[in-house]
Parts: sequence; C-alpha cells; structure tokens
Amino acid sequence: MSLREKAAVTGVGETQYLRGTDRTALSFQLEASLAAIRDAGLKPTDIDGLIPYGHGAVAEDFVTNFGIKDLRFSATTPMGGASSVAAIQCAMAVIDAGICKHVLLSLGRTGYSGGRIGTRVQQMPQFRTIGEFEMPLGAIAPAQLYAPMARRHMELYGTTSRQLAEIAVTTRYHASLQSNATMRTPITIDDHQASRMISDPLRLLDCSLESDGGAAVVISAPDVAKDLAKRPIMVMGVAEGHPDSPSAITQRPDLTTLGLAKAAPKAFAMAGITPGDIDVAEVYDCFTYIVMCQLEDLGFCKKGEGGGFIENGALGLKGRLPVNTHGGLLSQAHMAGMNHIVELTRQLRGEAAAQVADAEIGLVTGYGDMGDGALAIMRRA
Amino acid sequence: MYDKLVPSPTPDTQPYWTGLREHRLCLQTCADCGKVRHYPRPVCDACYSMNATWTEASGRGTVHSWTITHYAFHPGFKGDLPYILLTVDLAEGVRMNAQARGIGQADLRVGLPVKVTYDAVTDELTLPVFELDR
Repeated sequence: MSLREKAAVTGVGETQYLRGTDRTALSFQLEASLAAIRDAGLKPTDIDGLIPYGHGAVAEDFVTNFGIKDLRFSATTPMGGASSVAAIQCAMAVIDAGICKHVLLSLGRTGYSGGRIGTRVQQMPQFRTIGEFEMPLGAIAPAQLYAPMARRHMELYGTTSRQLAEIAVTTRYHASLQSNATMRTPITIDDHQASRMISDPLRLLDCSLESDGGAAVVISAPDVAKDLAKRPIMVMGVAEGHPDSPSAITQRPDLTTLGLAKAAPKAFAMAGITPGDIDVAEVYDCFTYIVMCQLEDLGFCKKGEGGGFIENGALGLKGRLPVNTHGGLLSQAHMAGMNHIVELTRQLRGEAAAQVADAEIGLVTGYGDMGDGALAIMRRA
Repeated sequence: MYDKLVPSPTPDTQPYWTGLREHRLCLQTCADCGKVRHYPRPVCDACYSMNATWTEASGRGTVHSWTITHYAFHPGFKGDLPYILLTVDLAEGVRMNAQARGIGQADLRVGLPVKVTYDAVTDELTLPVFELDR
C-alpha cells in the first residue's frame, strides 16, 4: 500500500498578487480556482472533492458558485502553512479510495488588506496554549516564536545572519524574473544586513510578505489525468509530519528540528529517490531560517550544515539546488505555499517564468503553525 | 490601564497563575508517576493519568535560547522595545519563556544561569521575569 503515483497535478491557477485591494478573499479564491480548473481543461462541475485552506471559503461557497451537483468529499487540513501540501496527501488518499476524480485545493486571502498575522494568530485554536502562556509575555507573532529556533541554531552551529541573507537575496532575484510577484527589485546581502531588526536574529528581509490574492491546484486520478489539457505531473511521494511539542516550540526537545524531519524519509522512500535526484525545490519560506532548517530536515545536508550549504548562490537557478524559483513567500506573495505547488508544477511542465533547465523531478514543502511539515515529490510524466 | 494581552486561565491552568500571584512558580506534576509537565494540560503523556498536583519549582534555570524583539506586534508592547524574551531550561526539566530583566544583550549565551522573579502588572495578574542568577 502506497500512494506513489496514485494522483497527478493537472491544473494550477493564480490571481494577480497584490499588496492592497478592496476585493474579498472569497473572490480571489474562486478566481484562482476557476483558473486552475480551466488550466486542466475541466469544467467547474467536474470537481468532486474540495480541500480549501482553513479560515477561508468553505465547501458551500464552491457548490453555490460553481453549481457542483455531486460533491463527494470536503475537508480541511489544519496545519497552517503546511496545509496546502498536506492537502495533496489528503486528496491522493480520497482519489485512491475511489471517492473522487478531481480534487480542488484552493486559497484566497487578504493578508495585506485584511487582518495581519499578529492579530490573526491570536484567534487560531492551535495557538491556544501559547495564547495563554507566551503571548502575555510579549511573544505574539511568528517572527518572535521562531526566532529562538534560529538563535539556537546559530549558537550551536555557528550559522550567521549573512548566510540567511543568501536566501533572501536569491529568492528576490527569482521574483525579479516573474511578472506576478509583488517584490521585484533585486537586493544584496548588505541590503539584508541593513534592514531593520524585527525579532533578533530575524531582520525585515528575513520575513515573508503579507499579501492579497489567491492560488489553486487540481489533483486528479491518474486514469483521467492523462487525457486532460496539460501534461500531468505525477506525485511520486507525499507525507506530513508533526513535530514534538506541536503546541509550543518552547517545550520542544530539539528546537532545531521540524515536523518535516519525520515526513521526509517517508516521502523519499515512497518516491524511491534521494535528495540528490531533486532538480528543483519549492521550500516554504515564511522566514529565511525556516528554509535552511527544512533543507537540513529534508536531508540535503546534515543538521547544522545548512549555513554552509546555502552559501555562494547555491539556491539560484544555476546553483546546486534551485530553490523558490517563483520568489516564494519572501518576494512573490504569501499564499501559504499554494503558490509553491503552482510553481513546481510549472517547472516540471517546462513553462515556468524562471525555468530550471531540464527539471524532471522536484519537491515542494509546507511548514506551518509551530512546526508542522508536509512534503510532496513530483515528476513530469 | 494595563493594555497588553492577558491570559484567560482555565480550571486546568488556574493554579499556575494563582501561584505567580503569590510569588511562587508552580509546575503541574503527575500525581501518579510524578512527571513534571509544562505547559499545564489534562493528561500525563508518560502514564495517561488525569490526576495532577502542583509543586513549587526552584525558579532556577539556564538560558536555552532567546530573541530580542524590536517591533511591537501588539501596541501594548511598544514602550518595552527592545525587549529580550528568554527560553529557559528549568532545573525541574521543563522550559518556560519570560522576559529578561537587568540582563544585557551582550551577556546572552546558551547556559547563562537565571532565576525567576515576579512582576505584578495588575492586581490580578503577575508575570514571571528572569534575572541573572549570581
């Protein structure tokens, strides 16, 4: 029993990404969904499964707006920024079970124009524990909650802020090659070092954006995927992982290991490949440090060696591991990683704006809440 | 008028906050197997007992990690900037967070000995803070 190649990505869609809008999150989510469905060559009524990102549109919205007559499955995967990739595993399971043929994953948000993250997290149930015990002390936003993980890594392994800056610089360069990215002016390591401190060691340019827009993905059964509009992108391996002490980073035995460390061996084993086989990686980048930590947890290098791994432009289009070729959450838009799935699909189809030459196998990760992780490994069919 | 975030204790967690008000750092302890746990919760993850007691901790520990916050994510903390948030390994084997008081940024290091003290921010709410343990 394995989900290996039991589903394919058949459609992807995005709205224009913005910093400022008077539109609703629902309208972005539906627009992106229609784009993904159109990209697959399907009709909205072909969708028979829905996994919307939490805190947004619900199944009822899709039935009402799309006129779906025979919806067979709906769920959410409440893992914060890992939800989008975790939803791939959920979609594959229901497709493999014969319940659905076409599952729509979607996200719409007004993260810039609506409620900001420091306010939003206070209302999320998974933050209940720290809401009582840490927020009253002044540890409120993700930047503050994750900074001690980065600081611990620096103290144990000698990782530096200039190494983290490499991620911000490379990601911004990739965004500069996109038409649909909100931050397109290239930056330097010195720009990063001069950016204001938010919560030490994380500077402004270590932090992702808050954005308005939507993104969506269609996951289809393999037997129907091959007859759709675009070349199907097969999912070779998929897994989610939950960290120790998922409610409070403070209590985690090892502050420098994420839930992804549990998911990665499962997904690579399912896919039958190793990290060395990966041509392109879209790695959840709410903060630069989280990218580096995930590269370690994925097995691209040993724990503690991430700083050296990312130096000297290693994550660029011609580097040893091209990462976040769309500009990521740091410079394209914060679409909770749904945009990472969109980009990996385009890379493997060969239709990306900043195309990695001969990209055949790639991976996409999600990271969320207090360290939840998810991973999908894909190949072009 | 206290304008920062305040906790909303539950019956499972109230003794922790009551302890702080009395200048005691109390940790929840399994009444059956004796495992100390933090943050407070209904079930012991070692033996699944739902019986718990509260024991007074030494309040001593060492710095595990930290962050220095320069941006106010809540308007109530604007006047505190920059402030140091410590993650501390308590002698009892669990960790806790609190702001540092009287500790210089240059003195911060993993393993720095600290001890808890108490800041009564309102009549109802006392918060823990860490000072150097000399």
